[in-house]
Amino acid sequence: MWGFVIKLKTKNKSIVMKTKILGLMLLLIAFSTQAQEKKNKNAKFTIEVNGNCDMCKKRIEKAAFETKGVKSAVWDIETHQLNLILNEEKRSLLAVEQNIAKAGHDTNNVKATDADYDNLHGCCRYERD
Amino acid sequence: MKYRIVVLFGFAFFNAFSQEKLNEVKVEANQKGIQKSLKKVSNVTVVSSKELLKAACCNLAESFETNPSIDVNFSDALTGTKQIKMLGLTSPYILIAEENIPSVRGASQAYGLSFTPGTWVESIQITKGAGSVVNGFESISGQINTELIKPKNDIPFFLNFYGATEGRFELNTHFNHQISDKWASSFYVHGNTRTIKNDMNKDGFLDNPLGKQLNLVSRWQYSNPEKGWVSFFNFKYMNDQKQTGELAFNPEVDKLTTNYWGSEINTKRFDFTSKTGYVFKDMPFQSIGIQNAFSSHNQDSYFGLRQYNINQQSYYSNLIFNSIINNTNNKFSTGVNFTLDQYSEYFSTVDFSRIDNSIGAFFEYTYDSMNKLSFILGSRVDYHNRLGVFYIPRLHVRYNPWEKSVIRFSAGRGKRAANIFAENQHLFGSSRAFSILDTDGKIYGLNPEIAWNYGISFTQNFKLFTKSADVGFDIYRTDFQNQAVIDVMQSPQEVLFYNLKGNSYANSFQFDFNLEIIKHFNLRTSYKYYDIATDYLSGTFQRPLQAKHRFFTNLEYATHIVDKGKQWKFDFTLNWLGKQQLPFTMTNPQIDQLPEFSPSFSVLNAQITRTFSSVFEMYIGGENIGNYKQQNAILGANNPFGNTFDTSIVYAPVFGQMYYVGLRYKIKNKK
Repeated sequence: MWGFVIKLKTKNKSIVMKTKILGLMLLLIAFSTQAQEKKNKNAKFTIEVNGNCDMCKKRIEKAAFETKGVKSAVWDIETHQLNLILNEEKRSLLAVEQNIAKAGHDTNNVKATDADYDNLHGCCRYERD
Repeated sequence: MKYRIVVLFGFAFFNAFSQEKLNEVKVEANQKGIQKSLKKVSNVTVVSSKELLKAACCNLAESFETNPSIDVNFSDALTGTKQIKMLGLTSPYILIAEENIPSVRGASQAYGLSFTPGTWVESIQITKGAGSVVNGFESISGQINTELIKPKNDIPFFLNFYGATEGRFELNTHFNHQISDKWASSFYVHGNTRTIKNDMNKDGFLDNPLGKQLNLVSRWQYSNPEKGWVSFFNFKYMNDQKQTGELAFNPEVDKLTTNYWGSEINTKRFDFTSKTGYVFKDMPFQSIGIQNAFSSHNQDSYFGLRQYNINQQSYYSNLIFNSIINNTNNKFSTGVNFTLDQYSEYFSTVDFSRIDNSIGAFFEYTYDSMNKLSFILGSRVDYHNRLGVFYIPRLHVRYNPWEKSVIRFSAGRGKRAANIFAENQHLFGSSRAFSILDTDGKIYGLNPEIAWNYGISFTQNFKLFTKSADVGFDIYRTDFQNQAVIDVMQSPQEVLFYNLKGNSYANSFQFDFNLEIIKHFNLRTSYKYYDIATDYLSGTFQRPLQAKHRFFTNLEYATHIVDKGKQWKFDFTLNWLGKQQLPFTMTNPQIDQLPEFSPSFSVLNAQITRTFSSVFEMYIGGENIGNYKQQNAILGANNPFGNTFDTSIVYAPVFGQMYYVGLRYKIKNKK
């Protein structure tokens, strides 16, 4: 791209043209840097979420889906693993974890408040670390 | 494991309600022959191959004997064909598909179900009511989809032999080869023959046709789970020959003469189908699939002096895209399908040849609240050269009001062109004159059939003294806006076809109770009520040959599996049918008159299977053990070329009791 611009510069001496090209160049750079930081629309994550039963499963998955950008959420009762497919352009993983914690379930990075934990149904009160 | 998941997805996107498919496969682990889920949106029963082993069950038509959702009837006193009904409506109103490609339609309507051997079947999904829009616009009372055994999951070798006292023998051999980690192939050979002439009711006519069938399929499966691809290719060839009529009839001498009355029905069929599916990388919820099917069906036949020849060349193509809106609680399927049917049809040498084609687009949205509610809303728009441009809506709703219960509601519209000859071949063996009273329509002079179907069902699972039980009912109504009425109520010498003038409806009610009495001992019971009435020219009557009341019960018992798979299995089925409206015969001479209604009767079937090891088993069974036989199954049998001759008024078994034995042998994969 640089080469292309320089070539153009040598051919056209006019300052107006130069500024135009420079402007275009900057725009292109701006675009390409954004592209480099482009977030994954289908990012896959597996995180641990604490819970016990089928009721927990429903609540955890529901909380995950309440976060914008979550396309798929499946929590496994046995392994306590939550498999997520998330559009990172919309929300970050942390936002999902915050929503889950708000529903009363501890995740890797976000712990539920005691009040939210106490709101859980009896069978869902998992053992906390 | 990863491989499995991808393959499951691969199958899933050919499926009407794709999102249900994964659950379905999981459920099969519980080893039940018939499964009804509380989570599925539509009223679907999944019949596993295990269930099919419970009856004599030689082909698909005979595989519904132990299933209350479908009624099996005899279509006539000649061809030995079994006719299936759902919600009291005959099979043309059911969309019958094989691996989601419509299979029994057009020319194959009368005998098509007998062209799929039972041993090829992996599972059958029976959907009551409107069904999905994905597979087409034709379904009115329900859908039946058969999945064949997948080459990738097949065993290297399978052998089945069957012999019955009626003189019928069947041989099934399956060969499978895992070519590489991506390619697998199966080759199935089916042959059956009936060589003995039986006349149990002493009317001078064969009770079952003499016949032979050769049926071959070569299946190829490609699966590449890493890349998300899966493909199937099938090549099929079938040749079926039947001879029926008077015992003394010899086709070489007597064909199309009045020496003796006889009939031959020879069918050759070739099928090629392919399907390819792709699951998008990193997006297991998004997939695209394409299906193509070509078939050539050729039937040459005569019934006494009446000739009927039909040849159908058919091409079907379906493109389907599945994805989500925002998240997996909002799924959709969309796509297009294309159908081309070229018919050469000659009825008594009158040419009815025609070309039908249609193209349509569909969109189906599935919502799952993750809790109590989910629904599927489907619609499609089609253009058909004889049916015009039309819109088909379908709705299915599932709601779980409390624990272990489900309420379902469905509504939908269906539209179809009635193949009046191909679908009514059971009437050919008679002296009835065929008349089409309308001339303005585009299908044999008739208008398209249009019907709405509504249904509601409820199921409750519970524990009865620690044993699992369930109780449920469903109510369906089909309302015809137009129908190609088949009228045998006017005169015993005529069958009339005309557009419905007035009302025609089918109401059905089914009550089920199922219980595990003790471990491995299951009871299945069902009561069914049908009210199916049509305004005929001569008045309003119940649909002929349809019982108003039916009762079904099935008992199965299996011993514990001991010692390398040794086991006994016992199965018993009872069907009771109430009285049935009979076609009008009052103007016949006294001797060839039938009462207005048939008597009620029951049929008992039983089977015992002895499994000697996990690879070898034998079975012995009896059908119609009570030996109930319809008297006077053929009217005017003494004078088959006279004007009262009629083999189509069959309400009960013609052949009495029948016993059979069989064996199954497998070679399993070494692991």
